Amino acid sequence: MRVNVTVNGVAHRVDHVWALESLLDFLRERVGLRGTKNACEQGECGSCSVYVDGVLVCSCLVAAGQVEGCSVVTVEGLGSGGEVHPVQQAFLDAGAVQCGFCTPGVIVSAHCLLARNPDPDELTVREELSGNLCRCTGYQKILHAVSLAAARAGDATMTGGCER
Amino acid sequence: MQGSGSVLRPASWGDAVLLRSQHPEASPICGGTDLMVDVNFGRARPGALLDLTAVAGIDSWELMDGGRTVRIGAGVCFARVIDELAGQCPALAQAARTVGSPQIRNRGTVAGNLATASPAGDSHPVLLACWGRVEAESVRGLRLIDIDDFFVGPKRSALEPDELIRAVRVPAATGPQQFAKVGPRNAMVIATTSFALNLDVAGRRAGTGIGSAGPTPLRARGAEQMLEEALADRWDGPRGVGESVAQEFGALVAEAASPIDDVRGSAAYRRHALAVLGRRCLSWALADLEAAGAA
Repeated sequence: MRVNVTVNGVAHRVDHVWALESLLDFLRERVGLRGTKNACEQGECGSCSVYVDGVLVCSCLVAAGQVEGCSVVTVEGLGSGGEVHPVQQAFLDAGAVQCGFCTPGVIVSAHCLLARNPDPDELTVREELSGNLCRCTGYQKILHAVSLAAARAGDATMTGGCER
Repeated sequence: MQGSGSVLRPASWGDAVLLRSQHPEASPICGGTDLMVDVNFGRARPGALLDLTAVAGIDSWELMDGGRTVRIGAGVCFARVIDELAGQCPALAQAARTVGSPQIRNRGTVAGNLATASPAGDSHPVLLACWGRVEAESVRGLRLIDIDDFFVGPKRSALEPDELIRAVRVPAATGPQQFAKVGPRNAMVIATTSFALNLDVAGRRAGTGIGSAGPTPLRARGAEQMLEEALADRWDGPRGVGESVAQEFGALVAEAASPIDDVRGSAAYRRHALAVLGRRCLSWALADLEAAGAA
């Protein structure tokens, strides 16, 4: 099966895709973007969070064939011009990374949250990140990073959209 | 691995129904939040997928019967139920808020919940309480399945092998509705047990639904009858319908359940929790009813 999809602005045409292949495996093994992590494969952990046509999803629960003609944005696609995205910078500055495995998914979710709600209260951040598990118990610094990104975004425009 | 089937992507509902009959080996998929878990863990190996996400119009909802019924297309995700239907379908929106996580709510649908037919499906108690109906369509035609006839066993529904769920019809609320769910944490939780209550003020009826406490979602008929008798001529101002009625109601809800011990909870705990959820939901709904009457 062939899949045509735009990933991070680049058009891909991939042949020999398995009908039951997940978008997660497709991104990691066919497109070579390994920032999106494979942890639970059942939508519990959020490590594989990406945008499909501007909507935040778990890529492990989307079949690759379902994104035919769609635009996918992964953690690698958030920054621009060789620079990390301000949300990523905030995670670096806040030290909101321990083992780092959950971080790409958390960053995509945080990016989605801040694109829709530039100044969320802590309860909203907790709710919106509830689909992302960190097993190093590093949530406090993650919350700090999101506040930091929100505070900085008061001055800067976020790039990329989140439709939901 | 390669070449084993394909992803069928009809652009119209007519084509989807036709493909369903022509490709019995294909599993329907929309949000994928149930099916892909089974695929990823090797529990499902469908010969092909019938992807409904490209079907025109499937992701819209509309009012019918002069606004008395909400028809929710099979592709409407839970996030949109929360954002757009909290007015007409308050308990369904409440239940939708408890589904998985933001990522799951962006993909999962009420129709998919029904197709999986898990006893723990979050929308099921609400659909029972609201007397919802399921539009099932095949090349043989469209039929409406009453929600009371839909669930026939654990993860088994009345859908025929060649049928697709096109939409779900939910009567718009005419009075207070409540949904409550118990689980070990606030997010990403499959219900240990859940309960929905619908006070249909216009129809002078009480609707209930129990989740995760039986082989299928269940209706608490005894509790409904008791409440209708207790409200009798007081639907527009339930003064005097108090704590003792709520207690009895909760007890009858627990009595209607048929729970088992499993990894999410014991039968005894589920029964206890249902008595509490039943009592609480009725207390909240009666407070809403009084507030509406006073307004």
